[in-house]
Amino acid sequence: MTDIKINIHNPDQTLTTLEAPTDMGLSLMEFLKGNDYDILATCGGMALCATCHVSVINGFEKLSEISDDEYAMLDTLPNITETSRLSCQLKLAENMDNITVKLMGDGN
Amino acid sequence: MITTDLAIIGAGPVGLFAIFEAGLLKMRCHLIDYLPQAGGQLSEIYPKKPIYDIPGYPSVLAQELIDNLLEQAEPFHPTYTFGERIETLEKRDERDFLLTTNLGTQIQAKVVVIAGGLGCFEPRKPEVSGLAQFENGKGINYMILDPEKYRGQRMIIAGGGDSALDWAIYLSEVCSELTLVHRSESFRGAPDSVNKVMKLAEEGKIKLFLNTNLQTVNGKDRLETVSMVNTKTHELQVVHTDHLIPLFGLSPKLGPIENFGLNIDKSAIVVNTDDYSTNIEGIYAIGDINTYKNKLKLILCGFHEAALMSHSAYKYINPGVKYTMKYTTVQGVNEF
Repeated sequence: MTDIKINIHNPDQTLTTLEAPTDMGLSLMEFLKGNDYDILATCGGMALCATCHVSVINGFEKLSEISDDEYAMLDTLPNITETSRLSCQLKLAENMDNITVKLMGDGN
Repeated sequence: MITTDLAIIGAGPVGLFAIFEAGLLKMRCHLIDYLPQAGGQLSEIYPKKPIYDIPGYPSVLAQELIDNLLEQAEPFHPTYTFGERIETLEKRDERDFLLTTNLGTQIQAKVVVIAGGLGCFEPRKPEVSGLAQFENGKGINYMILDPEKYRGQRMIIAGGGDSALDWAIYLSEVCSELTLVHRSESFRGAPDSVNKVMKLAEEGKIKLFLNTNLQTVNGKDRLETVSMVNTKTHELQVVHTDHLIPLFGLSPKLGPIENFGLNIDKSAIVVNTDDYSTNIEGIYAIGDINTYKNKLKLILCGFHEAALMSHSAYKYINPGVKYTMKYTTVQGVNEF
């Protein structure tokens, strides 16, 4: 399997489902940006700016473990949730199939 | 009033290199940046990260690159306005622009170069109702520019990142009472800073509230109390204070640049790739803030844009004057 489904919880409460490739080495942040979602990703994916913050509404437990650096950055945010992640630190892979995320970065 | 040839908005790597390129053509530069220091996101967000795609450097730390760019620009004696943001830009005549900052500083320039990256780094604000009524000198700030201003006064810092920890340590000696509020159980900042904060808390020099969120800010004409709630016990605390400084990091916004009358596409300024000029003659946009077909947001591309912009700016400032490009290997760098 090379494609997975990623669900995006839109601000108007609807859900958008996108097919995402797992064989291109993309992070969730890069994939969402490529699909014209409004993510600044100021630092380019180094877990240093937190502008790609997402809340994982469904499938949080399936994700790769959170690193200390990622947690430290999330911890500086005023709007962190129990299932917050930085989408730049989530490499698209089969374990992420069918997760649902809500964009939480600045501007969303 | 500051007068200059080129007013450069943004003191990141591309703005700094523009000083050098303009300097070779004997044009003076004044730079304006909302951050308190030069370097843009390289200094503010990732000073210790290595960059691998700067020509001639197999690897260079972000801050090292900025220090080198500052040194390279030094012969041309650039001047700077830090901690201020350009609010208005007026073209009064050809080669006569007037820029005004949020603090009222005025700059008259023959050419304006926007090298603003992703925009101004503005502080993130927590979702606490009523914050705005105590901004602008009434007790709530999101940046600490002059810590001496707080000597002998009561202060609450909110946040758990390195800057919250560092300021709490520093201000615990300056303020009469320092309270640090953090939403989670522990700090993930630099271990040395975390240890210092814990020690100061034990000694009673910092009042520490963990697992605590800000709830409301209250006062008449200025801030008087901040109420906060413990996320575990739901206990409510009301702390009397003179100042509240939420420190939740910075996030870039295009800001007033949107209102300068420039052609904007998806938060970027549309330019002509002949010389990176905008739709207003005499205003250029270089680096991450511009957009054109096949644009790559790379520092090295910004450097190239700075060179072409400088030559075009020279022609605009000196109409009719013929100029032949000279190499630095022939001409050297002539200080002025």
